[in-house]
Formats: sequence, structure tokens, C-alpha cells
Amino acid sequence: MKRIVYREWDIAPQRYWVLFAILAAVAGVGGLAALYMEYEGHWVTGMTNQVMWGTPHVFAVFLLVAASGALNVASIGSVFGKTIYKPLGRLSGLLAAALLLGGLMVLVLDLGRPERLIVAMTTYNFRSIFAWNIFLYNGFLAVVIAYLWTMAERQGNPYTKQVGFFAMAWRLTLTAGTGSVFGFLVARQAYDTAVLAPMFIAMSFSYGLAIFMLVLMFTFDQNDRPIGPVMLSRLKNLLAIFIGAVLFLVLIYLLTKLYGAKNYGLVSFYLLDGGIYTFVFWVVWILAGSLVPLGIIFHPVRGKDPSWIAAACGLVILGGLASMYVIIIGGEAFPMQLFPDQTILASGFFDGVGGVPAHYAPSLPEVLLGIGGMAAAMLITAMGVRVLELLPESLDDQVVDTPAMAKA
Amino acid sequence: MKETSERIDQERRAFIGTAAGVAAATVAPGVLLYTVAGAQPRSEPATGAVRWGMLIDTAKCADGCTACVTACDEENGLNLQQKPEGESQEKWERQKSVWIRKVQVRDNLSGRISNLPLMCQHCEHPPCVDVCPTGASFKRADGIVLVDRHTCIGCRYCMMACPYKARSFIHERVEHKLSLVPRGKGCVESCTLCVQRRDLGEASTACADACAREGHKAIVFGDLKDPESPLSRLLASMPSRQIREDLALNTGVRYSNV
Repeated sequence: MKRIVYREWDIAPQRYWVLFAILAAVAGVGGLAALYMEYEGHWVTGMTNQVMWGTPHVFAVFLLVAASGALNVASIGSVFGKTIYKPLGRLSGLLAAALLLGGLMVLVLDLGRPERLIVAMTTYNFRSIFAWNIFLYNGFLAVVIAYLWTMAERQGNPYTKQVGFFAMAWRLTLTAGTGSVFGFLVARQAYDTAVLAPMFIAMSFSYGLAIFMLVLMFTFDQNDRPIGPVMLSRLKNLLAIFIGAVLFLVLIYLLTKLYGAKNYGLVSFYLLDGGIYTFVFWVVWILAGSLVPLGIIFHPVRGKDPSWIAAACGLVILGGLASMYVIIIGGEAFPMQLFPDQTILASGFFDGVGGVPAHYAPSLPEVLLGIGGMAAAMLITAMGVRVLELLPESLDDQVVDTPAMAKA
Repeated sequence: MKETSERIDQERRAFIGTAAGVAAATVAPGVLLYTVAGAQPRSEPATGAVRWGMLIDTAKCADGCTACVTACDEENGLNLQQKPEGESQEKWERQKSVWIRKVQVRDNLSGRISNLPLMCQHCEHPPCVDVCPTGASFKRADGIVLVDRHTCIGCRYCMMACPYKARSFIHERVEHKLSLVPRGKGCVESCTLCVQRRDLGEASTACADACAREGHKAIVFGDLKDPESPLSRLLASMPSRQIREDLALNTGVRYSNV
């Protein structure tokens, strides 16, 4: 059996610091954007009293969901005993923690009163799924750090499976909790369904793996470390399964909604006449973010080409952001059904007069804050792989695909 | 020696006398105010012996009349909100705080048109209170649903959860506000059933008073728990419903003829 050797990400200092500076600058711009929004107030954003969760939430929820999914790779290795994934466990753990921190940063900086974070940490209403999530997110960080320790430290190795199992249960709960932030909302037609919890879990697998694969391919490429075709093929096939799982649950979601006459308008809004939301749903999420990546992955030639696989991962990430845009902002913009079977002719508060959805246009500071959160997550990852022995030296076929490995 | 000592004692007496006088003058108004305040109903906690609510008779709600909205704006300092410099009027309309709005609906089958004011429905089981992570969104013993602006972190989850879209977020810096109705950038707020009037023992709300002044009397405010209150008697005498009654929130605000 070949021993897996882990080594710091020792690319040339100049290249590392340039990358570091770029990521820090983007994250810094995001921070400045947040400062500007907090100083002026949310009036400088596109958010209103009709669409109160805007672009920052799109990025934040995407990152939180992806964080949970990024840890999936480690779970497959240590909980399900798929030894080929074991060398990837450490990066999986780091990335999960980094994405979670990036997402939380965006979420907190978009609060009306972020300086009251201490209130959120000390005053709880346990009927609120938000309050549970505060524990689930913080606990996730602690669990991931413990998990990383069992994977990277010889003394901790015997506990990897148990801690890994606990981490898996924790993150499934966490993502179910994130989905339920929306699923528990009885007020809005787009939400109010339990299927959002498993749908968010499937999304986490897909988006988390796509980000994981891109980070893995980038770090290995920059450091001239090999990823063999066997490993790449396993990862991309797994990604295809997860994309399929998301599509399946989206179908279930739409069918669930479609079965009730009261929701005909909602489904039609998503699929046919919702303007920008229909476009983002079909073109960006379903076509570019799901079907095209599937086409690439199963293409006999392109499906073996790392560049094309990287492109497929990028598209899945784009589709992931689009899915959040449709679910979060589309779900808010769709007029609330205050008076079933009646048409609102006039309203002093934009109550969907004539069935028109609420207006929302993302503002630059919101987008910058969201991208800043992504950069912060990548910055943490870049620092982690630089100073810690998290990346295996090689993922070449003869390293990962030996019969001995399969038995170990 | 003795004379000197007596003189000193007298000075001390004079000093102590002045000091006591100054101290009394400083403390007395506070004590007095405390006593006066103690005598007012606002020092007593809200009690579950009452449940404040409303009945809105949409048949009496006049098309084009916005007296309730104007009265609410004045009572709760909403008319003091200022559009931030450089913002378009259209966007400001979507971002400024609104506690009560007029809505006109047409029945799709019969074509019948109804007008009604819509505001926080002061639910018995308010979804906004359930979802609030810090407990800032809360229901008083007397049924009024409020936001504690000291613990509101501005997450806006209550706005996502409210089935009536009754809540507003303060998007801009607040320059002017009424002392009885605090308001701050980054917090959420909504109709309080004129809680300041409740705490001062007044009889009605600004919107109900304004509606009555206009001669419509479409809004009747009162105690839902007192079977003899005009509100309870009215509710007993005519059919009424809750908006979105499928959610079974047992709203404190009821509507008839809608």
C-alpha cells in the first residue's frame, strides 16, 4: 500500500503572495461595501420592504450550503470507507470551515445592526430556526476542526470514523436547518414546504463538490502535483449524481406546488411568466448550471479533459448562485396571496397590484459584499493549505488506485 | 478658644444646612417624578386580562379615503421620515416605513370591490415572534405584537415570516422621531395598536379615531376579552373573518364584508 504524503502548498512565494493580495483585496472591497451599507443604511441597496433579503443572502446561503457539501468528500472517505477519497479529507475539512466563515461573514455584515452580534450570541428564542442555526454553524466549525485533527494527527486517527460520522450528521442537520429557514415560512407560497430541507442537502452536495473540485484542480495545477484520471473520473461522476439529485428534488418541489390550485400562479411564475426569474431558472440554473455540466461530464472526450471538467464545475457554481437567486429573491418577489381568488387593484404598500411581482434590482455594494465573502473563504483556504500539511503530494492513479488502498 | 470653636460649629451648621438644601432640591424632583410616574398606568405591566383588537367593516371603508393612514403617520412619527438625499422617490416609496395601508380588492368571480386598511393583525400565534432569533419580536400579555428595538439585530426574518407583509425595515438614518415612538436605522417595526395610548390609558387608536372623525366608523377598537365592549358586541352581531384564516393565527384584527 502506498503511503499518502501530505505537504504544504509550496508554490513560489511571489505567486502565492500575488494570489493572496488579490483575494485579500477582493475581500477588503467587500468589507468596505459592508461598511458603506451599514453607515448609510440599507437604502443604498436594492432591498426594500417587499424584497428584504437581497443579493448578500444569495451569496451567504450559497456559501453556507456549499460549506456543508464541501465536507461530503471527507465523509465519503472516512464514514463510508471509500479509500480513494481519503487523501482528499483534509482539504475537504479546511474548505468546509472556510466556506462557512465566508458565508457567515456576509450574513452578519448584511444585518441591520451587525454591531449587535453579541445580542444574537447571548439572547435566544429557541422557537426560531435562526437561533438553532447559530448553534449549528458555530458547532460545525468546532466539529470540523476536531475532524481535521483526527485526520491529520496520528493520535487522532483511531477516532476519524466516529468523529467523521458525527460531523456528517451535524452537517446534514445544518443544511436541513438552512433549507428550513425557508421551508418553515408558512407565509410565502414559494416556501412553506418540507421538501426544501432535502433539496438544500442535495444542493450542498453539488455546489460543495464543485467548489472542492475547482480548488483541488487549481492548487494541484499550480504546484505541479498530479491528479490521475481515475480520481478525476470518480469526482466528476459523483458531481453528476449530485446535479441529478438536485434536478430530481426541484422537480418534486414544482410538482408538490403544482398539485395545489392555489399555487398555479407560483409555478407559472417560475416556469413561464416570471420575467427575470423565469430566465434565471431555465437558462442559468437548469440549462447552464445543470444540463450543460452533465453534458460535459458524460461527453466521451470532454468528460476526460480537466479543463472541461473545471468548466463544468464553474457552471455548477454559477447555477448554484442562480438557484439561490430564484429561490430567495424570486420567492420574495412573488406576490403574497393575501386575498385568494381576488385581484388587488390598488395598494399603498406594493401588495402585488394586478399580480405584478415586487421590484428588486441588485446594487453594486451588495454584489461586492457577496463576492467579498467568497474571496474571504478562498483566502482562508489559501492560508490553510500554505501552512498546514493538507494537500496530498500526488493523486496519481498508482497512488490512489491500488488494490491495497481499496482494502485499507 | 471656646469662641473659635463655636464659630466653627456655626459655619459647619450653615454648610450642612446648605448642603442638605441643595441635596433635597436635587433629589426631590426625581422622587416627585417617580411618584407621579408610579401613579400612571404605564408603570404597570401589561395584563392578560384584556386582549386588544379591532373589527374593520369594509362596507364602511370609503374608496379613496386615507384618513387612517394619515392619522397613523402623524401619531407614530412616520411622517417625520426623510427621503435620503439622492434617492429616487419611487425607491423611497418601497423603502420607507409603512404601518397601515389601504388596499382595494376585486372578487374574481363576482367583480365585487372592497376597500380595507391592512396592518399588523396582532396574531395570537404570530409567525414573526416564532422566527425572531433573539426574541426581539414579542407579544405582550394584552395581545399587542411589538419589536424590542434594543434586541432587534435587523435580520428581517420576521418580515419574511409575516403573512400580512405588515413589517417595515428602517433603511435610512433617522433624524427626527417622536419620544413616545422610538425608531432607529437597521431595525424592524410595525403597527403597535398605538401602544403609547394603551400605556397612557387612552381609549382608542389613531386610525380608529380618524375613521370615526371622517364619519365612516369602519374601524372599531377595543377589548376582545370583555364581552360587553362595543367591539365584542359588534363581533357577536355580524359575521367577520380573519385574513388568511387558513393559517389559524387567531388574529386580533378581524374584517367583515370582505
